[in-house]
Amino acid sequence: MQHIMAEQKNTIVEIRNLYKSYHRESLIVPVLYDITFDIAEGEFLALMGPSGSGKTTLLNLIAGIDKADKGSIHVGDVDITTLSETELAHWRANNVGFIFQFYNLIPVLKAIENVELPLHLTSLPPKERHQHAEMALAMVGLTHRMDHYPSEMSGGEQQRVAIARAIVTDPTILVADEPTGDLDRVSAEEILTMMERLNSEMGKTIIMVTHDPRAAQRAKVLRHLDKGYLNNDDSQNPI
Amino acid sequence: MMILKILFRNAFHNKLRSSLTILGIAVAILAFGLLRTVISSWYAGVEAASTSRLVTRNAISIIFPLPISYNEKIRQIEGVKIVSYGNWFGGIYIDEKNFFANFCVEPRTYFELYPEFVLDPLQKKAFLADRKGFVAGRKLAARYGWKPGDTVTLKGTIYQGNWDFVLRGLYSGRDETVDESQFFFHWDYLNETLKKTAPGRADQVGFYMVGVVRPDVAPDTAIAIDKSFKNSLAETLTETEKAFNQGFIAMSGAIVTAIQMVSFVVIIIIMAVVANTMAMTTRERTGDYAIMKTLGFGGKDITILIFGESLVITLTGCVIGMILTFPAAKAFGSTLDNFFPTFIVSTDTLYYDVLAAILIAFLAAIIPTRHAIRIRIADGLRRIG
Repeated sequence: MQHIMAEQKNTIVEIRNLYKSYHRESLIVPVLYDITFDIAEGEFLALMGPSGSGKTTLLNLIAGIDKADKGSIHVGDVDITTLSETELAHWRANNVGFIFQFYNLIPVLKAIENVELPLHLTSLPPKERHQHAEMALAMVGLTHRMDHYPSEMSGGEQQRVAIARAIVTDPTILVADEPTGDLDRVSAEEILTMMERLNSEMGKTIIMVTHDPRAAQRAKVLRHLDKGYLNNDDSQNPI
Repeated sequence: MMILKILFRNAFHNKLRSSLTILGIAVAILAFGLLRTVISSWYAGVEAASTSRLVTRNAISIIFPLPISYNEKIRQIEGVKIVSYGNWFGGIYIDEKNFFANFCVEPRTYFELYPEFVLDPLQKKAFLADRKGFVAGRKLAARYGWKPGDTVTLKGTIYQGNWDFVLRGLYSGRDETVDESQFFFHWDYLNETLKKTAPGRADQVGFYMVGVVRPDVAPDTAIAIDKSFKNSLAETLTETEKAFNQGFIAMSGAIVTAIQMVSFVVIIIIMAVVANTMAMTTRERTGDYAIMKTLGFGGKDITILIFGESLVITLTGCVIGMILTFPAAKAFGSTLDNFFPTFIVSTDTLYYDVLAAILIAFLAAIIPTRHAIRIRIADGLRRIG
């Protein structure tokens, strides 16, 4: 049923015949083979697979922070594999929100400043930037922690700040790489609930890499990678 | 604005490391500043030389004298305004370690030719009236506690015997660059004594100081003076006071070059220290830079962050070093005032300090910046965790 619903929505990400390998000195290590699939607008996709299966690499390619060897990735109308580094940086700033396993907040910036950081690449005036950041922090329930530095917050709180930073620019897609990997169970549940709400209430397209079945359970669609190959038969979430 | 905020906070995020680096830079700038001041003190005589004064000496060497009879001949040469003369006396006060410059001069013309030596008119009158009188610089008198009326004995090295003098005046420098540690007495006192004790050495002078009417006539006047004594028993060499003083400095050129080299070595060492700090800092922040690149910030922003941080740390150390240079130079100068009568931190030295700091900051940041810009985002993110 969910699979059918996904097909009815517009495709936001279209991946075709994607290959990626890494070069280690003279050694070429293939990571992804002929990946082809679509992600519908408003989808909450979980990419699962064992370590070394290529799921983070695939996520990085979709988010435009790595370059494919071959194939195409259309996000909206843009084939991001054809963009230069500068164009990609600009594209990422406008279209992608990032959530990482280790939160990756800037340690010398307060929570509000971390959230405000991506808005400095927009033309918003300072006052509006601050308002937007405050709103984003309010959405993750951290208004009271806005003047705190990352080192003064728990892991769960830091990840919520990272989510606020990811959504503050209202991006086309949200990518999350093991967002609960460094959290205790309670905090992990909170983060997953938050992501679920972003998807269901705000219609955000979320692509999440995880090896945690509990986290994957929250996604609407599941894709499985194994040794660089995508299993195209498991688009519905059986979990 | 946010970039500047990150830059400044990054610079002082690791307080211990930043403080130690800043301290290292401050000490290096202090050492650099002092060494530069030693060099500029060495050249102080050259810098203070007047463009309207010439020095005439024996063409063979400064150690050979000239006849006193040249005085009148030089005075009559076109372009000459005033002529004075004198000898290096080379006397020792009590012990050889008490070194100071002591000259016998023709006092009336000498003080007219050197208006930078400011002498009270009454003291000048007393000095001129007393053939055994002498004038000392303010600093020299203070060093040995001499007061007007005191008798001071110098032991002659070039002119044997003990020579008694009475302090008649203390001169001050017109400005802080003037050497206030010299000793002047009457040439007549030396000459008359020599007439009795060593007649063959009488009526001779070590050098003539010649004042010209205008600085632009100095070269032609110098040629004219030397031409007048061509083919005589004592041919002359006349040059500007600056060139004459430079000739003395050239004798110790190797020492000056060594000091200059040491000052540059200090800069190179501290450059390595700052480069090491920046390399560690950049390596530590690889994840931060990767995140910023992920969010859409470009190489230009990363460059500003790293170069800016390097500049903030280096300039902070530089300012502290520059502030410390003044009391250190004062202490250094008073300890070694026998050798460096004027030990003043010049504006040029401060410019060199700032220039050196900026150079250190930029050179130290080049490789870390290149690395931070070139690293793939995915590799940068992998460093976290």
